[in-house]
Amino acid sequence: MGGPHVSLALAAPRARARRTATPGQITLALGIAAFLALFLVWPAATVIYVAFTERGGGAFTLVNFVDFFRTDLFLRSFWNSFYVSAMAVAGASILALPLAYITSRFAFRGTVLIQTLGFLPLIMPPFVGAVAMQLFFGRNGSANLLLDDWFGFKIAFMEGLNGVIFVQSIHYFPFILINLSAALRNIDGAMEEAAQNLGSSGFRLFRRIVFPLAMPGYIAGASLVFVKVFDDLATPLLLNVKDMLAPQAYLRVTSIGIADPMGYVISVVLIVASVAAMALSALATRGIDYSTVQRGGGGLARRRLRPYESALAYLTVALILLLVLAPHVGLLLLSFSTVWSFSPLPDGYTTAHYARIFGDSSLYIKNTLIYASMAGLIDVVLGTAIAYLVLRTRLIGRDALDWAASAALAVPGIVLGIGYLRAFYGVKLWDGTPLAALWIVIVLALAIRRLPYALRACYAALQQISVSLEEAAENLGATKLRTVRRIVTPLMMGGILAGFVTSFATAAVELSATLMLVQSNSDAPLAYGLYVLMQSAAGRGPGAALGVIAVVLVAVCTILSHAVIERGRAMPPAGH
Amino acid sequence: MSNRSTAANHAPAARVRIEQVDLSYGDNHVLKSINLEIRPGEFFAFLGPSGCGKTTLLRLIAGFNHADSGRVLVGEKDISGLPPWKRDIGMVFQSYALWPHMTVARNVAFGLEEKRVPRAEIGPRVAAALDLVGLTGLDQRRPAQLSGGQQQRVALARTIAVEPKLLLLDEPLSNLDAKLRVQVRRELRELQQRLGLTTIFVTHDQEEANTVCDRIAVMNHGVIQQVGTPKDLYEQPANLFVANFLGTANIIEGRLAGDGASRAFEVAGGPKIPIAADRNVAPGARMVFRPQDCTILAAGEFSAPDRTAAAGTVTYREFLGASVRYGVRTGSAEIAVDCPFHAGDTLHEVGTAVTIAIATSAVRFLSD
Ligand SMILES: Nc1ncnc2c1ncn2[C@@H]1O[C@H](COP(=O)(O)OP(=O)(O)OP(=O)(O)O)[C@@H](O)[C@H]1O
Ligand SMILES: [Mg+2]
Repeated sequence: MGGPHVSLALAAPRARARRTATPGQITLALGIAAFLALFLVWPAATVIYVAFTERGGGAFTLVNFVDFFRTDLFLRSFWNSFYVSAMAVAGASILALPLAYITSRFAFRGTVLIQTLGFLPLIMPPFVGAVAMQLFFGRNGSANLLLDDWFGFKIAFMEGLNGVIFVQSIHYFPFILINLSAALRNIDGAMEEAAQNLGSSGFRLFRRIVFPLAMPGYIAGASLVFVKVFDDLATPLLLNVKDMLAPQAYLRVTSIGIADPMGYVISVVLIVASVAAMALSALATRGIDYSTVQRGGGGLARRRLRPYESALAYLTVALILLLVLAPHVGLLLLSFSTVWSFSPLPDGYTTAHYARIFGDSSLYIKNTLIYASMAGLIDVVLGTAIAYLVLRTRLIGRDALDWAASAALAVPGIVLGIGYLRAFYGVKLWDGTPLAALWIVIVLALAIRRLPYALRACYAALQQISVSLEEAAENLGATKLRTVRRIVTPLMMGGILAGFVTSFATAAVELSATLMLVQSNSDAPLAYGLYVLMQSAAGRGPGAALGVIAVVLVAVCTILSHAVIERGRAMPPAGH
Repeated sequence: MSNRSTAANHAPAARVRIEQVDLSYGDNHVLKSINLEIRPGEFFAFLGPSGCGKTTLLRLIAGFNHADSGRVLVGEKDISGLPPWKRDIGMVFQSYALWPHMTVARNVAFGLEEKRVPRAEIGPRVAAALDLVGLTGLDQRRPAQLSGGQQQRVALARTIAVEPKLLLLDEPLSNLDAKLRVQVRRELRELQQRLGLTTIFVTHDQEEANTVCDRIAVMNHGVIQQVGTPKDLYEQPANLFVANFLGTANIIEGRLAGDGASRAFEVAGGPKIPIAADRNVAPGARMVFRPQDCTILAAGEFSAPDRTAAAGTVTYREFLGASVRYGVRTGSAEIAVDCPFHAGDTLHEVGTAVTIAIATSAVRFLSD
């Protein structure tokens, strides 16, 4: 036997601690942890702390909660919020299901159009849509005027809670559309073929194979809609619905004061409801989230439509898109109209609103671009770093980072706003201005709010990179840092940009947190300016003009970044 | 530094020593007291069934896994504490791990750039490495625009371009089709000889290991079973696992009877193999021999003195072309026998009575 002979003395085995992380990684993790602790955990904890302590004193008490549950207004608000959110999920589902089904199951020409238009609602603040929807569907809006003329009755589309449900359904349905479409697309065609091979077809096949496989996607989208609607502040306020939770919290803090405990109690209730909704959806999808994406394997086979089916499909899609785009159309009309009330269409047209708003609004636009792009940048940097630490290192506590960053989803904007005010008002800068009054705080709030979305995009991007690509670089002499720079980041670029776009576009229209944090008009972003304008009847024309500018702006930025992403993806064939 | 613009101009080949290495993944003890010495310039294989720890050991040498104890020396230097990027050990990954966002040339240049090779030198060295693997002219392609075999060569070129002290190959042929595999393994061998580079090759295919490697370490369950040349391992397996893993072997149970000069290994109702007095046979050992170390005689035919005969019945027959494999039941054992086939030979029919003659000196007695 030709084995080597090695003396034991030579090979004195010494225990070596398995390396967990490099000092650089530890520093990075600590930096991120500090950031999250300071700008997410602390403000949220402050809110919770205040809710559970006696006013003035520091003693623990449940009195505030007892008060909450003894007050009719709060109980009604709670129920209303719940009802509106649930109904909005139902409404959004009604809009999203046919679109997702038609585009993923059939050879349908309008697929790209639907995917593009489906994104449009998200880049306009819902409260802006609310104004336009009132013009079309309000008591004296176009639809009801015509109905009254022709049939002699009106439908209360926009009365009270109905209005909130209607507007929110239209605004948030893309969340369900996007998630559900992705889930349908990811189903391996072989799954369906196997079922067909075993004799299943038609609706049974859909019910037994396709539907269960797409369920996690639907639930993810639906729970997101629920949480967003539950937390939204500006839409009910603008529709003059005050007996919902978020508006109550806002009104408490703004009218009674930052010291009033009720605002904090409502905030805690909002947090609990968000956490509960997300936990429930996680519970519901646990064990049924089969990732069936298989490399190379295309999605489901698309069936050709028969002529009458095709007509039906186009009709459905057209109706839904008409409804979904109504806010945009309404806004556009409003921005050009002289007077528009008690008539189906504006009485006359003018460009005066644009002229008026152009001077004032450049500041809003500048602020928005700065805030949203800074927030997006912070998000992708943090997202990339967290994704790397979680997926590529054995750092102790890396899951806590992930958890904390994702927890931002459970902190409603209004709560974060209140938390920032309370936590940072006491922090004075060298010249005595409170930290909470600085515009940078708005950026931080936006970044924290959008971090979970950017983080998901970064995770997805990093997960697609095989670890051996990094090991090959290290093997050839690249340090961890160099490997990240030369291999990981370029390969993640598509995902990072996608994360940036999502953060940027949604931060640009966010209001919940900023409504609390804007201290002076010169620091206000577009959404805030819009909100102020839209509150008065006289401001609505200019407001609409500003809204149109906002939508165009965000859309252009989104399209530009998409173009960049696509160009990065398409590797130009080089050589011969 | 002398002129190092061609990849063929390597530093002197390195010796590798692995000393008392242990490694666990949680409760899973994957490598157990591994000791190995790989000589300079040697083409060495880790051979073993799936999951036996070959990749783990290879990645340990490359620095991607960390031993719980023990150390790895390359040259005379202990590299156990070095991160992968300071080891100067080239590794070709099973998946090739070519970076999709870089061209072939950029892939190959990467390691040189990381090693801070002067700019002017990089171009020629990339060209030389690509030339060495026969890929001249493809340097501006992306990995996705290459065939599997070409990707494999790029991966190889990328690794040898940095002139590593040691080359590690993790199943480099497993993603190629059968025909290409034979061609590429010859090329690999030739290239290795030309560069004189110490090379470790991981495979679970004994044919691959036998054809290209100077020496082989056979592994099972994280333990090195035997190290030797392909011929050594085949002729003199150290234990039942090695005998069984390399080629086909008859492994037959029986018992030791008698002592001194009359000591023999008895198969119940079958052959009785005499054991030379100076031979050590462990209790519980089994008798092991290759199918070709046995012949079939027509019933009653006389056998040579250096053979042990036994009566039996043909139980199966497989015609393989160059040879015929018979199964012969004799007593409690069924023995595989390979008979060379020449045109015109008649074959034994299943069910007929025959006599088998085992070459006594070829029989080995092995335990687990
Ligand atoms: N990262 C890991 N964590 C835990 N266990 C692992 C890990 N990598 C490998 N193992 C286990 O270690 C053992 C050896 O794995 P290894 O990859 O070295 O096998 P191998 O000999 O290369 O097999 P194959 O021929 O299939 O590639 C296996 O039991 C495997 O399940
Ligand atoms: Mg392996």
